[in-house]
Amino acid sequence: MASQKFDVVVVGTGPGGYVSAIRAAQLGLTVATVEDDRPGGVCLNWGCIPTKALLRNAEVVHLFEKAETFGITVQGMQADYAAAVQRSRGVADRMAKGVEFLFRKNKITLFPGTGLLKAKNVVEVKGKDGTATTLEAGRAVILATGSEPKSLPGVAIDEKLVISSNGAVRNEAKPKSIIVIGAGAVGVEFADVYRSYGVEVTLLEALPRIVPIEDEEVSAQLTRSLSRRGITIKTGVKVSAVKPGGAGVVVDTDGGRFEAEQVLMAVGRGARTKGVGLEALGVAMERGFVKVSPTMETSVKGIYAIGDMAGAPLLAHKAMAEGVVAAEAIAGKHPRPVDYGNVPSCTYCRPQVASIGLTEAKAKDGGREVAIGKFPFTANGKAVALGETEGFVKVVADKKTGEILGVHIIGPEATEMIHEFAVGRTLEATVDEIMHTIHAHPTLSEAALEATLAALGQAIHI
Amino acid sequence: MAITKVVMPKLSEAMESGKIIKWIKKEGERVQSGDILAEVETDKADVEMEAFGGGVLRKILVSAGDKAAVGSLIAVIADESEDINSVVGQAGGGAPAQTAAAPSAAKPAVADRPAAAPPQPKSEDHAARTPAPSRGPEAPTSPRVAEVVAQQPAATMAPARPSADGGRVKASPLARKIAAQSGVDLKLIQGSGPGGRIVRRDVEAAQSAPAAAATGPALRPAAQPTVTGPEFEDVPLTAMRSAIAKRMPLSKAPVPHFYVTSEVAMDRAWVLREELNALDGQPKVSVNDLIIRACALTLLQHPGVNASFQGDSIRVFHRVHMGIAVALEEGLITPVLRDAHAKSLAQIAVEARDLAERARQRKLRAQELSGATFSISNLGMFDVRDFSAIINPPEGAILAVGAVRRVPVVTEDGLGVGRRMAMTISCDHRVMDGAMGARYLQDVKKLLEEPLRLLV
Repeated sequence: MASQKFDVVVVGTGPGGYVSAIRAAQLGLTVATVEDDRPGGVCLNWGCIPTKALLRNAEVVHLFEKAETFGITVQGMQADYAAAVQRSRGVADRMAKGVEFLFRKNKITLFPGTGLLKAKNVVEVKGKDGTATTLEAGRAVILATGSEPKSLPGVAIDEKLVISSNGAVRNEAKPKSIIVIGAGAVGVEFADVYRSYGVEVTLLEALPRIVPIEDEEVSAQLTRSLSRRGITIKTGVKVSAVKPGGAGVVVDTDGGRFEAEQVLMAVGRGARTKGVGLEALGVAMERGFVKVSPTMETSVKGIYAIGDMAGAPLLAHKAMAEGVVAAEAIAGKHPRPVDYGNVPSCTYCRPQVASIGLTEAKAKDGGREVAIGKFPFTANGKAVALGETEGFVKVVADKKTGEILGVHIIGPEATEMIHEFAVGRTLEATVDEIMHTIHAHPTLSEAALEATLAALGQAIHI
Repeated sequence: MAITKVVMPKLSEAMESGKIIKWIKKEGERVQSGDILAEVETDKADVEMEAFGGGVLRKILVSAGDKAAVGSLIAVIADESEDINSVVGQAGGGAPAQTAAAPSAAKPAVADRPAAAPPQPKSEDHAARTPAPSRGPEAPTSPRVAEVVAQQPAATMAPARPSADGGRVKASPLARKIAAQSGVDLKLIQGSGPGGRIVRRDVEAAQSAPAAAATGPALRPAAQPTVTGPEFEDVPLTAMRSAIAKRMPLSKAPVPHFYVTSEVAMDRAWVLREELNALDGQPKVSVNDLIIRACALTLLQHPGVNASFQGDSIRVFHRVHMGIAVALEEGLITPVLRDAHAKSLAQIAVEARDLAERARQRKLRAQELSGATFSISNLGMFDVRDFSAIINPPEGAILAVGAVRRVPVVTEDGLGVGRRMAMTISCDHRVMDGAMGARYLQDVKKLLEEPLRLLV
């Protein structure tokens, strides 16, 4: 049996794994990576990236549909869903190749296969062809095995009638109708894609509102926007059974029975911690996730865990940040721990949703006296020119100090705009600094300025 | 903008005319309301004449050395584009104005006309004074004047502008705001952000920190006390003084202080200290170190004194974090010796010295400035007999310690010489009562008078 030695062995090459591998290599460490699928993990291959390609298709369809309002007549427009999926595969392939390139560039060795911890510094890689390679980690092992879609109790995901995002992102055939269970980011994004391609979409959510982690006003606005596009939304409904029948699948809830050709299960993701060898080494767990220190080290010295398997929020950018922290800690640096209170949250439906920090309700729960500023895109020149005026920017500030407690944006390019506030919060800027920052005119970002001014009672354009 | 007519002010009841000693502003120069335009000699004194409107000093109608009647036009302030012909045309009545030499006022008069221009002001760079609420341009009878001799320009009065928020302190905007609101001095905090930047958590950690008893030495001495000098000056608060000023009333006003004083025979403690300090390889022990140790040990027996008022409850601490007031040039600071009850005398000596030294070098970390459960302020080195200190909330008490003095004492054999030290505890009456403070003090005294107990 072959045995090879590296400073760091990274198991999993999703956004957490590949970033930590590159950072460790940059810091002069020798790095091996282990991947049982394709480099780039779920994010690049089956998640973030391909869905953004699909959502871009949805947006192009939308633009064609509203071309008339720009005085452009389109005849015989046809939107081929299979082509959209193929395009998204192309995008994913290109990004995955990008990761392989980065590995080569940084002299990182990729071992295809499933990694199993044999000891705290030994990872055994089982290749698909049955070969086994033993990797010895001189300094540390970084686990980054990610997560997988969860289902409801008693409901099996067969990727035919009941599909997960894994199936949805691959299926070139679209159903005539679909019930999306779960109205978080994944559920809402697929609801958007399917609806744009003419699928009858029913969105079910057990909590009282869609995108439940977002600010209440954002949920309300998104509910209006998606309803207007013909998506049926039922919130506060608990699913009791999902079974074949009717047009394909029947979903029983305490709010009635729903039928569709398919069900998309989008109730969340769970950490992939089985079969990694954690139990044998006694790696401590906490609520289904691996327990980690601020430098991402597990309860076993020399074993680090990052990304989805290491706890919420299950976001690629949070995983990348953790990957950097882990690599730097292993290299003997003293990295700043990840600031989990300052991780942007983005949903790429139309209108887009982006937020950072506390919602108004959470800020008030914390006993703070808050100042709220809100500015609608209907009063923003650039948004009107674009013809995308749905939504608003909402700023939640501390009344006394002007601290930017939270920002909630729903509208065009919300996911790009949020970073003004992310940087601001990192620098501990207050509303005054945003106010004194000249924003180019005309831009959507002026709405960010105006919302900030509104919190100070000084909005100009409304 | 309007045209402002500058007229000879009536500077005293009897004044009928005044002589322009010199023009501080030149024709063509921009002036603001409140700027000093000229120095005027009256029967009583030489006074400075302020501008009552802003704009450009377009025209000077009475040259330096000339006299003008009270109320007569002596200059015109207006915007560059303003037509001042009509105003200038009215001049001449009563004033020996040299309008003849003046150019046609149709174009703005500028300073390239030495005939009409006043002598150049020398190096006097007059102070920009804060103008009082603007009166109309035509209120000449009671001008705002400062009785300053002309040759003594007001420059000395200009306070050195305090650099905003301490100048080069690296701190986040949010940290600055919180610090300003809570009176925390950013200069005293070491930042934990990138490159030592002070961020929110550093300020919050320091919030419950500094300041205890008496004030530090006086600030800058006033300017030389010449008769002709200004009567007073406003010295800008240093950030530390500002913090003390903000914090102390927060203690003295809402916290009902009471004071208990006791005298300790320090003879044996003195001898013990000398013996300890004669030992090789042992850290030097100060009287204050003995007091810290005595206070800390006694607090364990009197937890009611090691306590803090919390509104609807009293928080009794099980550990003693001792605040030690350290006087600095510009104020004072109270670093905290943590877990003083669990430390040996030697340990206390080493740590207290280190804290005091770093306090003077401004090298304390934020966490070393907060969390005290009790404080000691010792002014013994200033030969103070006794004094009382202001409690540093949320602490419940503070001990003020005077000098160890050699005094006549009554012994069994008659009159002798002994070493005595007064100490006064200030207590928060919401937390404890007089007897409680007295019992505590009694036990501290006992420990200091039987100092071998401090070693075990």
